[in-house]
Amino acid sequence: MNSLSPTRRQVLVGGLAAGAALALPACSVTGTKAKKGGNGSGTGTLQALFMQQAGYSTKDVTAMVNAFHSANADIKVTPTFVTYEALHDKIVSAAVAGTYDVVLIDVIWPAEFASKSIVADITSRYPADWTSTMLGGALATAEYQDKQYGVPWGMDTKFFYYNKTMLAKAGVDAASLDTWEGVLTAARALKSKGVIKYPLSWSWSQAEALICDYTQLLGAFGGTFLDGSGKLTINQGGGVDALKWMRQTIVDGLTNPASTTFLEAEVEKTLNNGQAAMGINWTYYLGTSNDSSGSKVVGQMAVQQTPSGPGGKRPGCNGAMALSIAQGSKNQDAAWKLVDFISSEQQLDQYAKDALPIWKKSYDTPSVVQSAPATFAAAAKQLDDLILRPQIANYNGISQVIQVELQKALLGKKSAQAALDDAVKTATPLMA
Amino acid sequence: MTVTTRLERPVIPPDARRPVRRRRGRQGRLAAVLLLPAAVVVFGVVLYPVVRTGIVSFFEVNSATPVTTPFVGLRNYHDIVDNHEFWATLERTLYFTIVSTGLELSLGMGLALLLNAPLRARWVFRAIVILPWALPTVVNGAMWRGVLNAQYGSLNAALTQLHIIGSYHSWLGSPWGALNMVILADVWKTTPLVAFFLLTGLQSIPAEIYESARVDGAGVVRMFRSITVPLLIPSISIVLILRTIDAFKVFDLVYVLTRGGPANGTQTIAYFTYVQAFSDQRFGYGSALADVIVACILVLSAVYLRALRRTEMSLL
Repeated sequence: MNSLSPTRRQVLVGGLAAGAALALPACSVTGTKAKKGGNGSGTGTLQALFMQQAGYSTKDVTAMVNAFHSANADIKVTPTFVTYEALHDKIVSAAVAGTYDVVLIDVIWPAEFASKSIVADITSRYPADWTSTMLGGALATAEYQDKQYGVPWGMDTKFFYYNKTMLAKAGVDAASLDTWEGVLTAARALKSKGVIKYPLSWSWSQAEALICDYTQLLGAFGGTFLDGSGKLTINQGGGVDALKWMRQTIVDGLTNPASTTFLEAEVEKTLNNGQAAMGINWTYYLGTSNDSSGSKVVGQMAVQQTPSGPGGKRPGCNGAMALSIAQGSKNQDAAWKLVDFISSEQQLDQYAKDALPIWKKSYDTPSVVQSAPATFAAAAKQLDDLILRPQIANYNGISQVIQVELQKALLGKKSAQAALDDAVKTATPLMA
Repeated sequence: MTVTTRLERPVIPPDARRPVRRRRGRQGRLAAVLLLPAAVVVFGVVLYPVVRTGIVSFFEVNSATPVTTPFVGLRNYHDIVDNHEFWATLERTLYFTIVSTGLELSLGMGLALLLNAPLRARWVFRAIVILPWALPTVVNGAMWRGVLNAQYGSLNAALTQLHIIGSYHSWLGSPWGALNMVILADVWKTTPLVAFFLLTGLQSIPAEIYESARVDGAGVVRMFRSITVPLLIPSISIVLILRTIDAFKVFDLVYVLTRGGPANGTQTIAYFTYVQAFSDQRFGYGSALADVIVACILVLSAVYLRALRRTEMSLL
């Protein structure tokens, strides 16, 4: 070997040293900087991130985007659709790269995204009359520390759906479904008369869907997430009762035990295949049950307000979503035009049966109400009484802790009290 | 075993020396230019992130676009060791790795022996066997999720129609069951790869050894134990190391099949790191976890190489 040329070891060490030198931060440990956004020229191409699950369907969104294109010839929108479970992580990982201009966020994320500068503050873009024309419950969807970080898009809450035909077969009166106790009685009747083996179907998989179901029952049983000082209180009172109730329905054979692997799509499928008689789901579900291409129960499903618990309370889980402009977007003016357009009353009224409109006037417009009369009747009562999940910056981490502990209780590995105590213990340090 | 001989440098007449050096210099430049893309990939895509991850693990980084990143020294590593969930996850990952690799090795050995047999349409069997491995892992995960579905999966349908089980079972419903189902999906996909590795090794064993053993009166089992296995040690050690590393890092299968559930029952160390780093945005903690994974894999590989170097046929 030529003594002048470097040995293999020297090359390796030199390379590592060069790599380390490059890696040493010039201005930041991670080597990335927050992308500086810009207003842009109000024209150009926009990348928009949507969800293809519940809420507005892919077809709805594509139609809205096409309408936007007709009205704004100089802006081109490229929509991307992901499942809800992938949406949060996609927004976070795309934030550094600045991939998307408009992103769809869930009501539980404004605190996290606003505090980590992932979405832009658009308080100044809000027209003044929105405070009076938008639904009160909708206005707070994307609000954090008195600033607006998005425009609400698709009010949603979980309604209670039941199969009229099956209930009639078991001789159950639908009026008795007004309370959860009545629902259990109905389920027992359905099971004992052999109408259906597992009358209830829920979305209790280890995902946010489980927290949504738990939230609705937590409210019904009079529990709360946080107390006045911001401490978790799910391991007290109504929080424990709700979880005990959930577990008991599995033990009694009234809830399909596979529910712990279900998301809302599986609840939809079991109800539409006649493999369940009752369940809670988002607004979109009723439309799918009447779609003959996928449903065996066309015309059999009915919707009503979520049942009340022992104390008479019956808040619905606030599952609203909002359209936000990414902090790193270089085209924020054009992005605002898109957001403003597709959240306008004219657009949302057309798809009212998939997600509830955010405008007060829509609920008084006969044509809109007639598009989904049963849903609107239930919504009129339920939208006034919604329960919010905690609006804290690290909600994602806390939700995961609670999901695991709820699952352990539902699978019978721990008692409800022990599971919730552990959840509070593990989640409290993450709340800081 | 190679034999090296030292070559005497030939005596070059002075007037011929310059052209030789110029040719060597030009070849050196050409070599450098051709190696440049590979160097960019290795240093840019492999070494730079590794070094950067190591650095980030000593800081507290709580956002993809952080404003402040205080130096915290070994606190992230300390938090890992103190975290009960981490040890449970490590245990689960070790279980997955050992069972998955063990099953793949034994089934792969059986498959390799079968594929080595002198059958007429051997190439057909080899083509069919390789199909599971050709499937992308994400597709594999999605397929098994459909097969194992509690309401309308084909596994439930097949087993109830064959009267092996009485009613539909929720295969992914319990933490323990789900973990074993993930192992099943992984073994189904990767056994062909292991089989082909071992098949190559089998084919390099000369037939005369078997003949002479048969003449000496050795039975099939004795031949397998004393001839096949020792001569296959290099192939087995390659397969073991590769599969152990891959099984330890398993992520996409878990993400598609169970998303870590139920009750974190299928949460492997790679999925745990992903959730901490990218979902919860604890990048400092996640980087420390990544470094811990690397350390574990190195330890496992060292154990294997040590254990397998007892025979002359080892890699070392």
